[in-house]
Amino acid sequence: MGLLKEHDFGTPAKPGPATVTVEIDGVPVTVPEGTSIMRAAAETGTDIPKLCATDSLEAFGSCRLCLVEIDGKKGTPASCTTPVAEGMKVRTQTPKLEKLRQGVMELYISDHPLDCLTCAANGDCELQDMSGVVGLRQVRYGYEGENHLDAPKDTSNPYFDFDASKCIVCSRCVRACGEVQGTFALTIEGRGFDSKVSPGAAELFMDSECVSCGACVQACPTATLQEKSVVDLGMPTRTVLTTCAYCGVGCSFKAELRGDELVRMVPYKDGGANEGHSCVKGRFAFGYATHPDRKLNPMIREKITDEWREVDWETAISYVAEKFRDIQARHGAGSIGGITSSRCTNEEVYVVQKLVRAAFGNNNVDTCARVCHSPTGYGLKQTFGTSAGTQDFRSVAEADVIMVIGANPTDGHPVFASRMKRRLREGAKLIVVDPRRIDLVRSPYIEAEHHLQLAPGTNVAIANAMAHVVVTEGLVDESFVADRCEEFDEWASFIAREENSPEATESITGVPAEQVRAAARLYATAGNGAIYYGLGVTEHSQGSTMVMGMANLAMATGNIGREGVGVNPLRGQNNVQGSCDMGSFPHELSGYRHVSDDAVREVFEKLWERPIIPEPGLRIPNMFDAAVDGTFLGLFVQGEDIAQSDPNTQHVNAALSAMELVVVQDLFLNETAKFAHVFLPGTSFLEKDGTFTNAERRINRVRPVMAPKTGKDEWRVACEIAQAMGYDMSYEHPREIMAEIAAVTPTFAGVSFEKLDKLGSVQWPCNDAAPEGTPTMHVDSFVRGKGRFVQTPFVATRERSTRKYPLILTTGRILSQYNVGAQTRRTANVAWHPEDVLEIHPHDAEVRGIEDGDEVTLSSRVGTTTLRALIADRMPVGVVYTTFHHPVTGANVVTTENSDWATNCPEYKVTAVQVGLKHAVDRRDTARDEEPALAD
Amino acid sequence: MTSTISPQVRMANDIAVQFRHLPLEEAAKAIANHIRMFWDPRMKSELRRLVEEDPTSFDPVALTAAKQV
Repeated sequence: MGLLKEHDFGTPAKPGPATVTVEIDGVPVTVPEGTSIMRAAAETGTDIPKLCATDSLEAFGSCRLCLVEIDGKKGTPASCTTPVAEGMKVRTQTPKLEKLRQGVMELYISDHPLDCLTCAANGDCELQDMSGVVGLRQVRYGYEGENHLDAPKDTSNPYFDFDASKCIVCSRCVRACGEVQGTFALTIEGRGFDSKVSPGAAELFMDSECVSCGACVQACPTATLQEKSVVDLGMPTRTVLTTCAYCGVGCSFKAELRGDELVRMVPYKDGGANEGHSCVKGRFAFGYATHPDRKLNPMIREKITDEWREVDWETAISYVAEKFRDIQARHGAGSIGGITSSRCTNEEVYVVQKLVRAAFGNNNVDTCARVCHSPTGYGLKQTFGTSAGTQDFRSVAEADVIMVIGANPTDGHPVFASRMKRRLREGAKLIVVDPRRIDLVRSPYIEAEHHLQLAPGTNVAIANAMAHVVVTEGLVDESFVADRCEEFDEWASFIAREENSPEATESITGVPAEQVRAAARLYATAGNGAIYYGLGVTEHSQGSTMVMGMANLAMATGNIGREGVGVNPLRGQNNVQGSCDMGSFPHELSGYRHVSDDAVREVFEKLWERPIIPEPGLRIPNMFDAAVDGTFLGLFVQGEDIAQSDPNTQHVNAALSAMELVVVQDLFLNETAKFAHVFLPGTSFLEKDGTFTNAERRINRVRPVMAPKTGKDEWRVACEIAQAMGYDMSYEHPREIMAEIAAVTPTFAGVSFEKLDKLGSVQWPCNDAAPEGTPTMHVDSFVRGKGRFVQTPFVATRERSTRKYPLILTTGRILSQYNVGAQTRRTANVAWHPEDVLEIHPHDAEVRGIEDGDEVTLSSRVGTTTLRALIADRMPVGVVYTTFHHPVTGANVVTTENSDWATNCPEYKVTAVQVGLKHAVDRRDTARDEEPALAD
Repeated sequence: MTSTISPQVRMANDIAVQFRHLPLEEAAKAIANHIRMFWDPRMKSELRRLVEEDPTSFDPVALTAAKQV
C-alpha cells in the first residue's frame, strides 16, 4: 500500500486505549473496545475481503463477503459488524468461508458488465480486486438472467458520472453522503432486485441536493461513480501530497497524476484538517491552474492605456526596481509599499514583507486579511494575547452547544461544516446568530435551538445582551474567572447595566428578549460551549469590538482552554492565518510583535542588516487615501484583486489610477491589472513549494505537483526585485525561508520542512515547550497571562437606512465559488453559480414590482450596479443579500468607506441601498432623454 | 465617489466614539495610544495639521486625544 492506494482498515478506528486482545488466524492483537473484527484483522496485516465496508464509514454488513468463523460460535458472522471480545479466536480463511465468498461474488458478477479491460476503474476497482481475492473462477448463473446492465448513465454533473449499470448497491455512496458529508442527498430507491441508488426523488445528480463534495465518488468501490477526468485521462499512476488553496480549512489532498498530467485531487485520509473529506472546490475545481486565460510571461507598459508588452523576467524585474527607486528618490522612502496575499505560501508572504521592510525601507506592507479578519487579530490579542483561534477542528466533536455567529460554514467552510453537522446530529445544540437564515438553521437531522435573526450591524448588542444574562442570572464560572482572568469586576458592572439587557437591546437588534435569554442560558449551562464565527462578525464598524465581546462571553462562562470550547474564527482564504503570522501587517513583525518593540526589531535588524522603522506603515485603505493625496505612488500587489474585493470601487480605482507604478503578480489579468504597469505571472498552488497555515493554526506542506509554468518561483521574484533594488536577499530553497521564519519567530521556533514531512503537520505554537505543536491554546494560562475582560459598549454604525436608501445590503459567499471568483469562475463550478444574484424578501420585491429573475439596480450613496433578483425569505424584510464572485456585477461598487474603528476592516456587511427594476430605470432614462429642453 | 471628510478625522472620530464610556482623560489617553500604535507617521502628521486647521470637525473626545498624539 502506498499513497496512491491507501490501506483501508474496513471500519473506523475506535477511541480509547487498546485493552481487548484477540487472535486472528493465530496472530494476537490488542485493540480498543468496540473495534470490529475486520479492523483488528487489518491491524495484523490480514485484509478480510469486503465490498460494503470502508474505514471512513460505520459498518453496514450488507455485502456478506467479510464473513469469518469464530471459535465456539455458531455461523459465519460479518467481521465488519462484529466487535472484538477478549480472548476471541477468529479464522478468516477456511474452505467454508472460501466457498461462501465465491458464491456471493458469483451473484455480484452475474449482474455486472464484463468490460474490465475498457472500464475507467480498471486497476482501481474493489469488485475486480475481490474477484481475484476470493478466487472466483466461474459464474454458474450465466449472464443472461434479469440484470441492470441497461440502467441509464447520469452524466449531468460536470465532474463525475453515475453509471448505474456498474452499481452493486453496497450503499457506500449513500452512507458517505449522510455520515461524512451530512447532506443526505442520496438514497436507495426500490426494494429487493429493484433497489438502486438515487439522488433525491429519482432526479439527476445536478437537479438533486447533491453538493458535489465527492464523498460518494471516493466511497464507490466500482466505476459506478467515477471522475470524468479519470474516464478522459486514465487512472493516475503517481501522487503528490499537498494542501488545498481554497478556504481556511486547509484540506490535505493527494494530487494524483498520470505522467505529468494532473488527473484528480483526492482528499487525504490522514490530513489533520479534513481526515479524508473534501468539498466541490478542493476536490474538483483545480482546472483554473491550466486555464488558457493564465498569463505565463511578464508584461510591462508605460501607461495603463497602452497595450501590454511581453518581456523577459530580467527586463521586468529591472523595470520594477528602477521605477520603485525613482519614485522613492522623488517622493521619499514611504511613497511605495506592498500587499501580501493569503493565497500565497508562508514563505512567499514572508519574503514580500521582508522586501518591503528591508529593501523598500518602510513598513508599508499589509495583507488581504485587512479586509476580512484583521479585527480577529486585534480582538483576540487584546483579550487572550494572540491572534488565533483557540482550538483544532477536531475539538468540535466534544462541543455540547455550538454557537455560529456571522458565518455560513456549509458554504464557506464546507469540510469543517461536515464535522460540525456530525456533532449536531449526535445531539449537540446549535445557536445561529445571523441576519440570514443559513442552511445550518434547518437541514437534514439538524435544527437550531435558536436562530437569533438580528438586524445587520447589531452583533455587539446581542453579545452584550447574552453576557448580561450570564452575569445577572448567576451563570458566571466564578472559579475560572477568579483564577484565569483580570478586569472582570469593571466589565461585570458595565455589562450588568440595564442598557445591555435583552429587553433594552430588543429594539436595536430586533431579536425578542426571551430568545436571547434562552440562548445565553443554553450557551452558559449546556456543558462545553464553542463559538465559531466568520466575516459576519469582523466586517463591521464594530468588528473588533464584537470579537472582544465573544471572548468576554467565553471567559465569563469558562469556555476556554480545553477541547470542545473556544472562540474560533473561520478564516476565509487558505492562508489568512499564515499571512498574518508572517508579519504582513504594517504594525507587526512576524509572530504578532509590534514594530515599536526595540528587542524584537533588533532580532530582525541583526539578521537582515537593515534598520526597521519603529512606527507602523500604511494599511490598505490608508494606502488608497495616501495615493489620492499624492504621497503614495508605487504598489506591489501579490496575488490579490483589490479592485474587485475592496470596498468602494470608485475610491479604489481613483487611488490605483493615481499611482505611478502598480505591479500585479497574479495568475490572471484581474481587475486590478487594469490599473497595472507591470504584470508578473504568478504560480498556482500546484506549482508552489512551501507551507500554508489554516484556521486552526495548522501548518501544512504545499508540495509542487509540477514545475512553475512561469519559469520562476514567486519567492524568487521577490528576492530578485530586492536584489535589483540593492538589497541582497537570496535563498536556495523555501525550506531556508522557513528556517529564517523559525529563527525570528518564537511561535514557529520548532517548525521545519523536515518536521512537517515527518509529522504531516503541526499547529503553532511549535517550539521547545511544544515540539509537536499546540492543538488547544490557553490551556493553563492565556498567552498574555490573564485573560482580559474588555468593556464593549454598542455603538450603532454610521450607515443607516434612509428614505432614499431604505434597505440594508449584506454580502456573503456561496459553496461553489471562492472570493472574487478568479479561480472558480474558470472551472465548471460556474454551472452552479453563473452570476451573482440579489436575494430579496418577497415583501420588498412585491412593493417594488420585482419578480423572480428580474434585472434590478442596486444603488447606494457611492454607486450603482445591476444584477438579477432572487426572491427568497432567507433575509428578513428590509435586508437584501448578494455575493461578490463575479466582476461584472461588482458588488463592491456600492459598498462604502465605513470600516472597523480599530483595524479599518471594511464594513461590507452593512450598506444602505435601494433596489429597483432595471427596465423601470431604463424607461425613466429614455423618457428623460426624450423630454424637450426647457427654455430659460 | 470619494468621501469629502478627511480620512483622519473620520477615523479619529470613529475610534473616539468607542471610548465614550470612559472618563474624558482616560478615553483620550486610550485613543491617542491606539493612534500611536496603528497609524503611519504621515497620517499622524496630517491629524496634527487638521487639529490646528479644522478642530471643529473633530468629536470633542477625538480632539482631546488628537492633541496628545
